[in-house]
Amino acid sequence: MNKSTGFDWISIILFLLLVAFGWVNIYSASLNDSAQGFFDLSQTYGRQGLFIGLSIVLIIFILSVEAKFYERFSSVIYLASLLSLLGLFVFGKTISGATSWYAFGGFSIQPSEFVKAATALALAKYLSDIQTNINSFKHQLGAFLIIVLPAILIVLQPDAGSALVHAAFFFPLYREGLSGGYLLVGLSSISLFVFTLLFGAIWVSVGVVLLALAILFLNRKKKKKHIGRYVAISAVSILFAFSVNYIFYNLFEQHQRDRFNIVLGKEVDSKGIGYNTNQSEIAIGSGGWTGKGWTQGTQTKGNFVPEQHTDYIFSTVGEEWGFAGTATVVLLFITLLMRLIFLAERQKSKFSRVYGYSVVGILFIHFFVNIGMVIGIFPTVGIPLPFFSYGGSGLWGFTILLFIFIKLDSNRKATYY
Amino acid sequence: MRRLLPFILIVLTGFVFLGRLFYMQIVDESSAILSQNNAIKIEYDYPQRGYIFDRNGELLVSNQPSYDVMAIPREVERFDTLELSTLLNITPERLGKRLDKAKIYSPRLPSVIVPQLTKEEYAYFQEKLRKYKGFYIQKRSSRDYQIDYGANFLGYISEANTAEINNNSYYQAGDLIGRQGVEKQYEEILRGTKGVKYIQKDRFNREIGSYKEGVYDTLPVKGKDITLTIDAELQAYGEKLMKNKRGGIVAIEPQTGEILSLVSAPSYDPDLLVGRKRSKNFNKLWYDTIAKPLYDRSLQAMYPPGSPFKTMTALIALQENVIGTKERIDCHHGFSYGRASRMKCHSHPSPLSMSPAIAHSCNAYFGKVYRRIIEKFDSPQAGMDAWHDHLASFGLGDFLGNDLPVGQPGRIPDAEYYNKWYPDNRWQATYTLSNGIGQGEVATTPIQLANMTATIANRGWYYTPHILKKIDEEPIQNKKYTTKNITTIDPENFEPIIEGMFGVYEYGTAQFAQIPGVEICGKTGTAENYTKINGERTQLTDHSIFVAFAPKDDPKIALAVFVENGYWGARYGGRIASLMIEKYLKDEITRTDLESWVMSHSLEEEYEKPYSGEPFKINQ
Repeated sequence: MNKSTGFDWISIILFLLLVAFGWVNIYSASLNDSAQGFFDLSQTYGRQGLFIGLSIVLIIFILSVEAKFYERFSSVIYLASLLSLLGLFVFGKTISGATSWYAFGGFSIQPSEFVKAATALALAKYLSDIQTNINSFKHQLGAFLIIVLPAILIVLQPDAGSALVHAAFFFPLYREGLSGGYLLVGLSSISLFVFTLLFGAIWVSVGVVLLALAILFLNRKKKKKHIGRYVAISAVSILFAFSVNYIFYNLFEQHQRDRFNIVLGKEVDSKGIGYNTNQSEIAIGSGGWTGKGWTQGTQTKGNFVPEQHTDYIFSTVGEEWGFAGTATVVLLFITLLMRLIFLAERQKSKFSRVYGYSVVGILFIHFFVNIGMVIGIFPTVGIPLPFFSYGGSGLWGFTILLFIFIKLDSNRKATYY
Repeated sequence: MRRLLPFILIVLTGFVFLGRLFYMQIVDESSAILSQNNAIKIEYDYPQRGYIFDRNGELLVSNQPSYDVMAIPREVERFDTLELSTLLNITPERLGKRLDKAKIYSPRLPSVIVPQLTKEEYAYFQEKLRKYKGFYIQKRSSRDYQIDYGANFLGYISEANTAEINNNSYYQAGDLIGRQGVEKQYEEILRGTKGVKYIQKDRFNREIGSYKEGVYDTLPVKGKDITLTIDAELQAYGEKLMKNKRGGIVAIEPQTGEILSLVSAPSYDPDLLVGRKRSKNFNKLWYDTIAKPLYDRSLQAMYPPGSPFKTMTALIALQENVIGTKERIDCHHGFSYGRASRMKCHSHPSPLSMSPAIAHSCNAYFGKVYRRIIEKFDSPQAGMDAWHDHLASFGLGDFLGNDLPVGQPGRIPDAEYYNKWYPDNRWQATYTLSNGIGQGEVATTPIQLANMTATIANRGWYYTPHILKKIDEEPIQNKKYTTKNITTIDPENFEPIIEGMFGVYEYGTAQFAQIPGVEICGKTGTAENYTKINGERTQLTDHSIFVAFAPKDDPKIALAVFVENGYWGARYGGRIASLMIEKYLKDEITRTDLESWVMSHSLEEEYEKPYSGEPFKINQ
């Protein structure tokens, strides 16, 4: 007995605003002399217009399917998505070094963009199972496998950026009661990683030992001292630092090292690898309060920022719309994320809630990594800005991801389980 | 807590992003400037600078194209240093240094690497230019001098310095700007307006078209031509006469205030400051601190005016009614006043009335008359101020307001001046008696003296002297130069003085310098002067001074001549003034012996005396 409560129009309007403003900027970033009007399919912005049109069709389809379909067929969808990733190794098309695409005539499809939604569905199904206990190691491992299996396949393409997105699933896991210890371990590892790159493994080791001794000294009046634990943690940390050193300098590719070095400020190279970031910072910085006006950006016109219509689309916003534009986009995303958290929290079904948090996590990671990269506070990782960047697969992937949740939300009062 | 963490994370990210964006877009302005620089290329089109003509339409200064080798350091790629330096005819070290300097100025903005290539050098270099990325040629208009004189009032043009670039948004590095003379005074009229083109570039530095369809682009506007009041022929002649002497000649047309010639000696050929030899030559001129060729003596040199100043004393005396034109005053080789004070005089008939006193330049007469002027008033202070005010109406004691960028106010003391010197204001007319004969505390510049003479010739009025006659064939409208300045002396009081100045040639101190058929009025002057040698005040040979105008009843030219250490007034000054007047009025010189005397006599020996380190005699 289905009881639909209508769709969440706030989310839908935010989605439409982002898509529309995205197209406006893609138009400007890809405008050239051979343009023949807004719907010229030979032009980037014309094709994006087509993608947006098709995504509307997709939305109508998603919303008209029964909500329980997504839960029931989540495993099938997940398996199909894994197969689509495996299929790439046989039928895939290689674009700029990564075999991430299926080519159909003039268009290409990137399955990893759709796998996110499939993984979210699978994880939601797994965690909502009455028998799953998030605090049992066995089930933690199960959830971990669901998340990591597609990620590994994506890394092998190789497309480390898209794989990184799967860290987003920490959001639902944590919400469902995963121990905060994982978070602590995660944050400590990141800190150790960064400090090792900045100061070298030896100094980090010295720091770890001194920190351990300091904590020990402060806790000297406690009866249980757990000295063994201190030693173990310090040893693991030092080992980690040295392995980071080893991995970074021996296993990483030079371009990956460069990306980290630039963000850490260890290297200034505005012509080589730092060129992208440098140019996008110039473009954004030159915007001022209200920007140079639509299609009037000198940096955008001069194509100074590479990949400006895709991963660097936010720099066009910065240059042509100024702080007013960038702040609006940031606030639109923040509002959408908040709204989605609110929606997730009001779900009665655990499946819908886990899925909702997955959507929040995925959108947040994209938003954080992409804008962070474009404004120069995060290493260069090529992932798109949701709803905004050019690309059919990306747009459709995010559309499916979001609208499945909107469908689930509309159905939240239904009692079919 | 578990619900809060994602929430906090999202809000925190929002704040970090907004903060970072606010910093990038609003606070930090460097990218805004950088963006303009790497996406937009600005190309300038320099107009021709206006031509300069003399009063008779003779072309003095025109233009020649010059080609500056510019570089944008950021765009310069590795190149064959040796080949380029050979092409540009400089040493590789110098080339390297210039590039380093350009980089320090700005890596993104163009700097001049080698200025003003000649046409031949340019033609040769242009062939190879494409090999040197980041270098380009900026065509400009530099000066082409048709004359080898007049450098002091023409001035010159050179690269604008950093301060000028910062203070005036019109100028960029490498732009030329007028310096000294009319080039500086009328810079904005002469320079025109450069055209500008904004070109949108892409990231490969390729030009992809006009920025915003060229809405900001402008065409160059040619500078306006100007006509000076200078008579080129007279100027050239004056400079010839002043060869091997130091000093100045200023000639003014009394009816208009137009400056006919402005000679400052020593001078230099203006062509020295054009092209690649400019800086070397400029240094040579700049560091010549003895002859000071860059110092415009006609405008800047303050000398005691000497005897020509007696005409002023006479005029004020008549205006203040302290003496009649008939009254005769004794002179016994001078006169004594106060306790053991004596003003000396030379041999001449005695006693004399006003006109002959001027003709014979009697010191006693003017010393006594000056005393009467000051003592006519209740206090010496009141007398001194009245005297000062009369003189001020002749344009003395302050900047004349002529349209040349340099000048000196001269000095005409007033009561306050002496009050500062003498405590408790205890001073009297006799303390300042030398002022009456143009010594003492008074000081004037040659142009002030010339203007004073023109005012006498006009019988009581003058136009502020000026050098600009027309802009693009339009006579100047500036009220400052088209409004009469009327002096405080009534016109009828001028006649006895003019008679006296006429007498100077007829029977007085310059009888030998008469011009046949021209009624010429003049006044000799000899000014004592001192210098410091090893900290000791040492007297040098007197300055030779002469003022004159002619013809007497319809003055066409008034002038002042100043020859440093030329001894007595008539010796150099009188001769030069006479020749100048003849040249201007008759256009040919009949007294070639006089001319060759002046031209063949040099004062260089005189000028070397103070630097010789040996004792020397003066006034020989």
